[in-house]
Amino acid sequence: MIMFFVRRLLTSSLVVLVSTLFMYVMVDLAIDPLEDLRLSTAPNKQQLIDSRIALLSLNDPVLVRYFDWLGGVGSCFVGDCQLGTNWRTGQTVTSMLSGAVLTTLQLITFSTVVAILLGIMVGIVSALRQYTGFDYSITFVSFLLYSLPIFWVAVLLKQFGAIEFNTFLADPAIPTWFYVGSIVLVGVTLMAAVGGPLVTRMKVFGFAALATFAALFYIDRTQWLADPGLGIVVVAVSAVAWAFVVTTLSTGIGDRRSLYASLTVAGIGIALYYPMQYAWYYLDESWPLILGLGALAVFVGVVVGHLWGGPDRWRNARTAALTAIPVSFLLFIDQLMSSWATYTSSGLIKGRPIATFGSRTPNFDMGFWLNTLDLFTHLVLPTLTLILISFAAYTRYSRGSMLEVLNQDYIRTARAKGLTERTVVMRHAFRNALIPLASIVPVDIITLVGGAVITETIFSWFGMGRLFVQALGGNVIDPVMAYLLIVAILAVVANFVADLVYAVLDPRIRVNA
Amino acid sequence: MTIETPPSDPGSGAEVNENAIELKEVEGLSQGQIVFRRFIRHRGAIGGLFAIASVAVLAYTSIGVGPVPGWWKFNHFSPNDVINPGGTPTLGVPTWLGGSGFAIGDAPFGQDEIGRDIFARTMKGVQTSLNVMFIIGALSAFFGIIIGAVSGFYRGWVDQLLMRFTDLIITFPVLVIGAVLGKLAGSGGTIWLAVVLGAIAWTGLARLVRGDFLSLREREFVDAARVAGASNFRIIRKHMLPNAMGVIIVNTTLLMSAAVLLEAALSFLGFGVRAPDVSLGLMISQYQSAFSTRPWLFWWPGLFIIIIALSINFIGDGLRDAFDPRQKRVPSARAMEKASRRDAAAGV
Repeated sequence: MIMFFVRRLLTSSLVVLVSTLFMYVMVDLAIDPLEDLRLSTAPNKQQLIDSRIALLSLNDPVLVRYFDWLGGVGSCFVGDCQLGTNWRTGQTVTSMLSGAVLTTLQLITFSTVVAILLGIMVGIVSALRQYTGFDYSITFVSFLLYSLPIFWVAVLLKQFGAIEFNTFLADPAIPTWFYVGSIVLVGVTLMAAVGGPLVTRMKVFGFAALATFAALFYIDRTQWLADPGLGIVVVAVSAVAWAFVVTTLSTGIGDRRSLYASLTVAGIGIALYYPMQYAWYYLDESWPLILGLGALAVFVGVVVGHLWGGPDRWRNARTAALTAIPVSFLLFIDQLMSSWATYTSSGLIKGRPIATFGSRTPNFDMGFWLNTLDLFTHLVLPTLTLILISFAAYTRYSRGSMLEVLNQDYIRTARAKGLTERTVVMRHAFRNALIPLASIVPVDIITLVGGAVITETIFSWFGMGRLFVQALGGNVIDPVMAYLLIVAILAVVANFVADLVYAVLDPRIRVNA
Repeated sequence: MTIETPPSDPGSGAEVNENAIELKEVEGLSQGQIVFRRFIRHRGAIGGLFAIASVAVLAYTSIGVGPVPGWWKFNHFSPNDVINPGGTPTLGVPTWLGGSGFAIGDAPFGQDEIGRDIFARTMKGVQTSLNVMFIIGALSAFFGIIIGAVSGFYRGWVDQLLMRFTDLIITFPVLVIGAVLGKLAGSGGTIWLAVVLGAIAWTGLARLVRGDFLSLREREFVDAARVAGASNFRIIRKHMLPNAMGVIIVNTTLLMSAAVLLEAALSFLGFGVRAPDVSLGLMISQYQSAFSTRPWLFWWPGLFIIIIALSINFIGDGLRDAFDPRQKRVPSARAMEKASRRDAAAGV
């Protein structure tokens, strides 16, 4: 095992080294740092050109400059990174990078999680309902999303998702066509996803239509969009519903202990609704605390599951822990929503909350909840843009992988044994279908750090992609090389993680060195 | 005296004609014929083929290619007199949809701020996209097949070397390498840009072809051909390559659709096609801030990018289904019930 690591480390370092050499020569050919000076009409033009050549040592051959840069990178290993400076602004590359990496991570985290969850879920349901209308429409939609130019979609979202939506928020009256459209959409989607005989589908359609209508009516009448909040009733109903959904997927409703364990966790969440609101006054809110509380919720779920006993405690624990996640998320969202009215009416926002520019409103600092809301409203549009394309890709992968698994002999055996459809799908098909995905997902996530170039450019988020585009356009080589170095390192790390995950998940693969 | 009928030899006219018809009925179908028949039945793919053929015909004939003129009266670079105030399109919507009556007018897609016709510019952009798509597809297929085939067939150190080289290129997101190369080559025109992009886009195809060749090389027909004395090159070309055609064709079409989007994205960022050449991505980038006041400048280029990419995707999907031997079309439960009801009604 150690030999595998060492060998992999050596080959990866070699790959990164050779690729940086390759890219340095190419970037040096591609950019011309004297471009703007050539066109200038200043009287001391030649002097300016000479001083810039001296500054950047442009008269030295490419390889000498490359080894100079490499020496700077090497000093990173002794703790003092010298990745160069942006000679136009004087800023060191290391300071540019730290801000950029953090910004990009904020941008891609949420969109990646949602795209993966949604994409895999839709892909698997689509594979289970192969050749039905649902499957064909999902396939068509994913093709359409795959063929969309991301920059075109982003500009459309800026117009309709932000400008028009902000105008709508000023006077939120839901028009009739939205009622009809959403009822039809939600009803038809759920009806097709559930499948089964006509009577069941009609019931599902009716129920979904009624629920959608009721929700929209409530939102319209109470002007919910002006001052949103979930309230204890909605939180209670949602928590119980989530408990049922998670139990159905994880162990089946028949497993009473798991069901009761999930309901207990939901109950704990509901009971904590009011106490938490008091607790926030005394707690020092920050992201580590929030994440820590989430982890605590999962731990509580595991403990509750164990306490319910029975022949298999870990099943209860797993179900209860999985329920704890959406329940704690509900509490978090409710707390966030209660600050919405303050946010929208604050001086810097002036009633137009959805933002199209940058990652924060400048000079805005009004406490943790409002700052988080600010971040989220700036995240909405870029996240939607990123989700659209990733969702299509994940739907395709998971559908293809699930279809392959469903054609296997062991699925036929499981069905022949008389297992319920839920058991066949969740215990046998789902896990095996996830294995090929496990080799794609790490690569996708890790390479997205360097890859959200267009989204960052359009929404002016000063992340890694924007850094690259600006530096390349401004003919500054050091930030470009730093970006390429980081992307190369992340790519080899991602491939390594993917291989490892694949080897862990699939017992047929043994990592042989 | 006996009348002897002359013995008929096998090559005589009458006997060959008789058997010919029977032989044709039971004659096996070639792979191409099977694939073609299955492809025709895929409605999405045929729709995509029709769409892209119409778009291509429209683009290449309306404003002409090179020295050959087109039938559209404006070209894509000269400013004209402004027809409608502000350059609004002269395209009329039929009255039953609430418009002023169906009319194409002189500038159906509108004009930009200096009077250039947007229809002509969009068609020129479509031409650029199609040219780039075909060049990238051809080059990537060429490099991908050669590298993948050599790597998969010979294995050993050749395989290792070529695959490490491929990994080197895969390390970077295509947009990033494309941006650097585009900056290097973009000022040399769209053809040069397409060549340069084609030189880096072959990696996925090479890996797939290599995988296919690795498994194909263990098959019996390869051994049989070798025993019969075929050279390596002949085995690759005549025996293994036709078997790998499915993978190659499907992935080349999907690569072409990705190439269209890549070229548009690079032009949008400023590293692809530069002015005065016209590209759909460049048009969207130039007019994105004008969206609220002059949306026609923005809708039409995007729409054409979507049409091209979507059609190629559907064609690729149709080809993939046509080449896939394991496809079993099981009738859905509803169809089975309908059929059993029909049989019951017919008294079967």
